[in-house]
Amino acid sequence: MTDLAATDALPKPPRDLLPVFLPAILAVAMLPLVGSGSSWVTLTVASLAMGMMIFIMASGLTLVFGLMDVLNFGHGAFIAVGAYVATLVLLPLAGWVQADSLWLNLAVLAPAALAAMAVSGALGLVVERVLILPVYGQHLKQILMTTGGLIVAEQALYALWGPQIIPLPLPTSLRGSFIIGDIAIAKYRLLAMLVGLVVFAGIQLVLARTKIGLLIRAGVENREMVEALGYHIKRLFLGVFMVGSGLAGLGGIMWALYREQVHASMGNDLTVLVFIVVIIGGLGSIGGCFIGALLVAMVANYGGFLVPKLALVSNILLMVAILMWRPRGLYAVTSR
Amino acid sequence: MTDLLKLSGVHTNIGRYHILQGVNFAVAEGKTTMLLGRNGAGKTTTLRTIMGLWPPSRGQIALAGQRIEQMATPDIAQLGVGYVPESMAVFADLTVKENLILAARDGPLDTARLEWIFGFFPALRKFWLSRAGLLSGGQKQMLSIARAIVEPRKLLLIDEPTKGLAPAIIGSLIECFAEIKRRGATILLVEQNFHVAQMIGDAVLVMDNGMIVHRGEMAALADDTPMQERLLGLSLEAHQ
Repeated sequence: MTDLAATDALPKPPRDLLPVFLPAILAVAMLPLVGSGSSWVTLTVASLAMGMMIFIMASGLTLVFGLMDVLNFGHGAFIAVGAYVATLVLLPLAGWVQADSLWLNLAVLAPAALAAMAVSGALGLVVERVLILPVYGQHLKQILMTTGGLIVAEQALYALWGPQIIPLPLPTSLRGSFIIGDIAIAKYRLLAMLVGLVVFAGIQLVLARTKIGLLIRAGVENREMVEALGYHIKRLFLGVFMVGSGLAGLGGIMWALYREQVHASMGNDLTVLVFIVVIIGGLGSIGGCFIGALLVAMVANYGGFLVPKLALVSNILLMVAILMWRPRGLYAVTSR
Repeated sequence: MTDLLKLSGVHTNIGRYHILQGVNFAVAEGKTTMLLGRNGAGKTTTLRTIMGLWPPSRGQIALAGQRIEQMATPDIAQLGVGYVPESMAVFADLTVKENLILAARDGPLDTARLEWIFGFFPALRKFWLSRAGLLSGGQKQMLSIARAIVEPRKLLLIDEPTKGLAPAIIGSLIECFAEIKRRGATILLVEQNFHVAQMIGDAVLVMDNGMIVHRGEMAALADDTPMQERLLGLSLEAHQ
């Protein structure tokens, strides 16, 4: 890559940092309302962990939305499939899961996560080729096809695994909390935060430092021009779709371990949540998706603690407030 | 002189509109051919049809003897066709450098070629690491053209490059096109500014109602005021 130094630069527009600080502002604003410092820390850590998991599930969807203008209402199927595939690894190796050894626990968690990502990614390949390819550019048909796909996937999971909820206990080393004074921080939540940050940093690195990343960013802006430069954007999209599906699968196993259970309707339940995050963040914006996921999780946790009756509608209220402030989301990337 | 591009009986429909109605023309290799015509005559549609962005409903398009009318846009681009759309379509969120990295499909940026481009578009060197969305209209046009020529191309399709630009920038573009031509590139250029067209064009095609209604030497049309008025509704004197 040619590396020419800039002799000058255009005056940069003021950086739009307000959305970046929103989660911190919200957290600080909640402190006097929550009252107890230890409860506030617990709620904040829970929010960050939950937000990271939602981000992992939603990141692929925002790129799919932004890059190819595809409304994939079946995204939740990848989440549920990821969780079920993880049970295929975790339940037969329950002895390793319950062993009091961090390394044995990780030795079973890592292949479970990889299997969840691989199967969800492969399912993404099938869904893109079979359900989405014939309906590019037709939003109504996309909604019908992908919603139908979600229903079929859910019923297939019921048929294969039965209607019962499958318990999925946390590995022994990840149970319990770190106690600092009168503050308890759940170990698994710390792991979820770490994984979420790694995924976020990885995606940002790919988008900023690789040619594939440049193509994705360019494709979000102007698909037609990317094609006119000689790149097959549909192949790129297929790759993004598969990676996004794989990430949803990873989010699925993380969410299942967080809830310590797996059930076929979990994908359906989470679909609305990830859509809210993608809309709040701005279609196609990974940074916006990250902030949106944190905000959704914070509102759910603080709201659930302070005004339990509002918990069911808190995310919708948040979305309405954000869209009234910024009608195209926190960080608008596309003109859509 | 061989024909690099040949359109035979090309029809293009967009929705229920029949835009191109049997377009026939050839573009000679190494020449700059101007495509002129009133607004709505079908000039932009012709370029987009060649590029595969709006595939033809009928007819044949051949590039260096190879049929391309059924090919996908990326495959047409990979045959060596560069496209500069009317909207410029620079990637606003990417820097000037990143825009050009993407355009250099076949490998890393060639520093010597970049220096050649910077020779007539110095602003691109100056704003190398600035986001393209911050450039002025003229600078965006420079970037859009630079993207098309950052690697050697057989054919350049350029749509109204001088539209809305200041005279000084138009001068830079004319110099750029002359330099590209000296390097042997073939250009099909849509232009509304007749003064610019007569300065850089070798051949001219005039479109009206989705068909070619005149083809010939650019110099001949520039010297024939009554024909300009008949074909384009203007005279060079009035335009100057």
